[in-house]
Amino acid sequence: MLELAGVSVAYDGFTAVDAVDLQVADGEIVCILGPSGSGKSSLLRAIAGLEADTAGTVSWDGDDLTRTPAHQRGFGLMFQDHALFPHRDVQGNVAFGLRMQRLGKDEIAKRTRDALTLVGLDGFEHRRIRELSGGEQQRVALARALAATPRLLMLDEPLGALDRALRERLVTELRSLFVRLGLTTLFVTHDHDEAFALADQLVVMHAGRVEQSGPPTEVWRRPANPFVARFLGWNVTRAFSGTVAAVRPESIRVVDTSSIVGEVTARIFRRDHFRLDVRVDALAAPEDALQVEVPLDAPRLPDLGDRIGLAVDRAALVTFD
Amino acid sequence: MPRWVRVALTAVPVAFLVVFFVYPVVAIVGRGLAPDWALDLDPVGRVFTDASLRHIVWFTVWQATLSTVLTLAIGLPGAYVLSRYEFRGRKLVRALVTVPFVLPTVVVGSAFVAVLGDGGPLAGLGLDQTLGAILIAHMFFNYAVVVRTVGGLWSHLDPRAEEAARMLGASKARAFREVTLPALRPAIATAAAVVFLFTFTSFGVILVLGGPRISTLETEIYRQTAQLLNLPLAAALTMVQLVAIVVLLWFTGWIEGRQRVALSLRAATETARRPRTYGARLLLTANLGAMALLIGVPIAVLIERSFDTPSGYGLDFYRALGEIHAGSTLFVEPVDAVANSLRFAAAATVIAVVVGGCAAVALASSRRRGLDAVIALPLGVSAVTVGFGFLISLDHPPVDLRSSWWLVPIAQALVAIPFVVRLMTPVLRAIDPRLREAAATLGASPLRVWREVDLPIVARAVLVAAGFAFAISLGEFGATVFLVRPDTPTLPVLVFRLLGQPGPLNFGAAMAASVILMALTALAMLGIERFRAGTMGTF
Repeated sequence: MLELAGVSVAYDGFTAVDAVDLQVADGEIVCILGPSGSGKSSLLRAIAGLEADTAGTVSWDGDDLTRTPAHQRGFGLMFQDHALFPHRDVQGNVAFGLRMQRLGKDEIAKRTRDALTLVGLDGFEHRRIRELSGGEQQRVALARALAATPRLLMLDEPLGALDRALRERLVTELRSLFVRLGLTTLFVTHDHDEAFALADQLVVMHAGRVEQSGPPTEVWRRPANPFVARFLGWNVTRAFSGTVAAVRPESIRVVDTSSIVGEVTARIFRRDHFRLDVRVDALAAPEDALQVEVPLDAPRLPDLGDRIGLAVDRAALVTFD
Repeated sequence: MPRWVRVALTAVPVAFLVVFFVYPVVAIVGRGLAPDWALDLDPVGRVFTDASLRHIVWFTVWQATLSTVLTLAIGLPGAYVLSRYEFRGRKLVRALVTVPFVLPTVVVGSAFVAVLGDGGPLAGLGLDQTLGAILIAHMFFNYAVVVRTVGGLWSHLDPRAEEAARMLGASKARAFREVTLPALRPAIATAAAVVFLFTFTSFGVILVLGGPRISTLETEIYRQTAQLLNLPLAAALTMVQLVAIVVLLWFTGWIEGRQRVALSLRAATETARRPRTYGARLLLTANLGAMALLIGVPIAVLIERSFDTPSGYGLDFYRALGEIHAGSTLFVEPVDAVANSLRFAAAATVIAVVVGGCAAVALASSRRRGLDAVIALPLGVSAVTVGFGFLISLDHPPVDLRSSWWLVPIAQALVAIPFVVRLMTPVLRAIDPRLREAAATLGASPLRVWREVDLPIVARAVLVAAGFAFAISLGEFGATVFLVRPDTPTLPVLVFRLLGQPGPLNFGAAMAASVILMALTALAMLGIERFRAGTMGTF
């Protein structure tokens, strides 16, 4: 089990990670989600032992690893855009960690083959890195990290550079692979869908701090604070309850008569619904415009410039203390 | 990298430079200002009051300025066509154009003697032993500097910036002036500074082509030392030269820093087009013709005249190299000079790669740029300064190498080290730090990381640097001519001595020896091309 207590990372006085506590149970898939610059990559690097200026403790099953150098931690890290060794072929990359473990030649060859089979790259042993497509490089990087059988596998935006269709397919493949191998996995992304699809536990980070953690369904159902709500695409507004509350765009209904009236300032077609930006009269600032989703089969589709009434069920509101 | 390793790696080049560069320079200053351990400003004063010496200073600056302007005038169009036009054989032309830069200065000198001197195809122009011959030879020599420095950037400039200017209503000329030229200006300034520096400190070319009537600071230092034995005056001239070079280097750095612009760069393959219009084809043809004339003709004539014996074409001159006897003023059989050259160059290469390699590793792992300037300093300082400095400082304790065989290789290494550093440092800097991190997370210890990631990538760079150091040492003339003992001349020194001897046999033998030297240099450069990688730095 991985345990972090008060981990902080600083670069030249700037605090990238600020006193993070975190636990990852054996076999659990934990995803760190946050906007770019929130410190999530720095946190991974601190756990890997690659950041010199790290405070707090990183421990595994109770052993304090804070002073242990990166190569003795037994953690694997798959880098953003892969960091494959350009001067070695596919096999040379995948076998690298096994060679560091001083395994026998046959054992290395067998486990390299197995790792390549696992990621669906049989027969790629002698290909050069430069000849591979983005998706293939990503698989080699994964095979390289997996072959060394790390006790903790970390992935930094593993699917970042790939196109959307490939990403969606790989998310499913990765999840079933991690579950099948029983891997303890910690990965970082800024993509909500990826995080919700992969994670057992979700950790939302912002400005170096953990804003909320819990199972994905829990986080999606009840954001803990206005930042998390906004980051997940909720409206955060005083329009409906007098205090600050969060409400999903699809929970707001367009009605004829309401005490909450506003003007439609934008309308976008989004496959199964239209999304409206509505400037509510009672809220002065333009950045307070509410996002409202109108289903395609709604009886009335408001136009740009229309004045409409808005209503919401009390139960759909999440209030913050 | 642990601190102590970096300190140790820095200590090697610093110690080398202190003993073999700083100490000789201090000795020069001492000799120039206080020849007999008492302050005496007379030698320095003479440089500025004596009319003939003042003329030499003036002429040195004047010929360097003219050479720079002319080289830019012919080199910039060449850089354009070689970077922007796609045509058959472009790669080959680019490689051929670089050949003169690595040719030994003495070979360049004798090639132009072959063309312009008595019996040469262009002897009728009367350019032999004139400023004109020197200027043409300097253009031949430095054409590659302009093409490589400016063309290198030009081929990566995003042509869409110029296209955008055209779409906004700028004429072709206007778009060039307002968009492309400002982007190229830093490269042009750098090229101009490098050419000026090289021609300001040009030695072999002027000594061979200028004859007795033409002197620059460099050749005058040699004359005062070797012929007139006036060491205080030679030291004073060297000091003037050193000050001028330091000012020049500082000025270059200042210009480069001031003109640095952020550019959007593209892969060179995306920017080159086939020449489609009549004008474009004419420009391409004219430039290729100029290159053939400037670079092809002298080399071709040199080779031709090395076979052109009084009794028809044959190998007589090459045979003569083995037959000119020890009894003559040459003291040695010329074939021994080849062996001397190879031995000296091999030793110099080892020294340059070890010292320069340590410097490059230390430089690449340090964030401070101060060390860069220290290592680059000898690059600007002329070979003659190195040779003269060694001569007056290393012949008595504490460092007495007077009778040591190593004196010559050390001097040649000193000249080659800046090139080694400049070739290796960018390769080391370009290694993605995440590769090292990836190796560490896969279980490699810091030493293992160096062996598994850095070393394989660096190995190529070391081979390339070694090839370059070898070629430079092989052709080194300025320092070697001061230091080499009469009985162990190198090939360049032999060529110089042969050219000074009367008679067609000596002249032909000089041509033959030049061709052999050129072939050896070409061999070293061909070896390099095999290992040259995409991320290689340039000089």
